[in-house]
Amino acid sequence: MKRLVAAGYKRIFQMGACFRRGERGDLHHPEFTMLEWYRSGADYLDILTDTKALIAHVANEVRGTTDIAYQGNEISLVPLWNLTTVSNAFIQHAGWDPVKEFDEDRFDLDLVTKVEPALPHDVPVILSDYPSALAALARRKRANPAVSERWELYIGGLELANAYSELTDSVEQKARFDKWAAMREEAGRERYPLDHAFLSALESGLPECAGIALGVDRLVMLLADAASLDDVMAFREG
Amino acid sequence: MYSASDLRKGLKIEIDGEPCIITDFQFVKPGKGQAIYRCKIRNLFTGSTLDKSYRSVEKIDKPNLLSKDLIYSYEDGSDFVFMDTDTYEQIHVSSDVLGNQKYFLVEDMEVEVLFFNNRPLEVTLPNFIEKKIIETEPGARGDTATNVLKPAKVDNGYEVQVPIFVNEGDVIRIDTRTGAYSERVSKG
Repeated sequence: MKRLVAAGYKRIFQMGACFRRGERGDLHHPEFTMLEWYRSGADYLDILTDTKALIAHVANEVRGTTDIAYQGNEISLVPLWNLTTVSNAFIQHAGWDPVKEFDEDRFDLDLVTKVEPALPHDVPVILSDYPSALAALARRKRANPAVSERWELYIGGLELANAYSELTDSVEQKARFDKWAAMREEAGRERYPLDHAFLSALESGLPECAGIALGVDRLVMLLADAASLDDVMAFREG
Repeated sequence: MYSASDLRKGLKIEIDGEPCIITDFQFVKPGKGQAIYRCKIRNLFTGSTLDKSYRSVEKIDKPNLLSKDLIYSYEDGSDFVFMDTDTYEQIHVSSDVLGNQKYFLVEDMEVEVLFFNNRPLEVTLPNFIEKKIIETEPGARGDTATNVLKPAKVDNGYEVQVPIFVNEGDVIRIDTRTGAYSERVSKG
C-alpha cells in the first residue's frame, strides 16, 4: 500500500484476509480479517483521530451507543482515550525502561505478563512511542530518536490496532531491513527476501504519510462482547 | 525436548526434575512481537501450581513417563501392592498417589499405572466398579423424586450419595473418575 501512496494515492484503504501460520488462541487464528488505511500528509496522531471516529461510528451503527460493556467492563468509546508512552507503562508496571536499555525478549514477556494486564480496561488505551528497534517501518520521533512514532490501541484488554508515522527515508529503511533480517537469521527464523519494489518506491519519493492495521475480527469481538475469536468467526481451524 | 509450539492443555512436561501437567494454555503474540505461550502448570507430585510463560525459541523437558498394566494384589499398611504379570515384580503405590481411588480397588483388578522415572505417578482404574451398600437410611415412602440423594456406605467404608430408592444390600455401580453413584445393578 505504501507503493500506492508513493505513486500518488493520498487516502487508501483495504480490508482483506491475512494469514499467519501456526498462530492459534482466543485472540489468534491462522486466517483473520485486517482493515488497513493510509493517509499522505498525515502522521500517527492524525490516524488516531480517524480511528476514534471509525470506532465510534461502528459502535453507534451496530450497538446504537458508544457506551458498551465488554467482559464485565463498562467502556465509553468517546471521547477521551488514555494515552501513555511505552516507556511510562513499562516503568510503572514492569519496573524498567525499554527505551533506555532495550531487551527484546524481556520486552515481549513483560509486555504480555505485566504491562498489558495492568492497562485500564474501562477506557480505550493508546500505548505509543515504541523503542525504535521495535518499529522497523516507522519514523523516528524528531524530538527523541530513541523512540518511533508507533502506537497500539487496546480496548477492554483487546489489542485492536497498530499505527505508524511511516518511514519515508529509503536509505534508513534499507539499513533497518538488513538489521532486522540479520536478527531473524540469528534467532533461527526464516529470512524474508528483501522487498526491492518497496525500496525503489521509497527512493522515487514517498510523501509524509501514516498508516494503520486494525484487526476486524477483534473489533467484532469487542462489539459482540465475545471472549474468543471462536465466538465470532464462521469457519475455524483447530 | 518439546518446543514451545508443542505446548497445549493436558500435556505433561518436566520442570526442574518434577513432572507437571499444563492445566491452562493461552497463545499470545503482542503486535509485531514474538509468540508467547502462557501456561498454568500443576506439579503432579505436590499438586502445587504456577504460571509460566515460554517464548517460541524455548525448549521444555519431556518427562520420562512409562505406563504399565498391573494387577492389584493387596493393601500393605499405607501402601497398595500391585503385580506386574510379565516380571512378577511387586510394586508398591502409596495411598497419597491413589487418594480416593483406594476405595475402588478390587483384588485382581487390572489397572494402568503411569511411572515418572520409575516412581508411580498416576493410576487409571476401570471407569466403573460395583459395590454393595452396607448402610443407608431407608428412603421415605412416596418420596420418589429422582434428584433427591442420601448418604450411603459401601462395604469398604466409602461414603457415596445415592438416590432415595437405593437400600441396604443393593449393589450399585460407581464411576471411579468422579467417585459418584452411577446406577443400581441389583436389589439386595
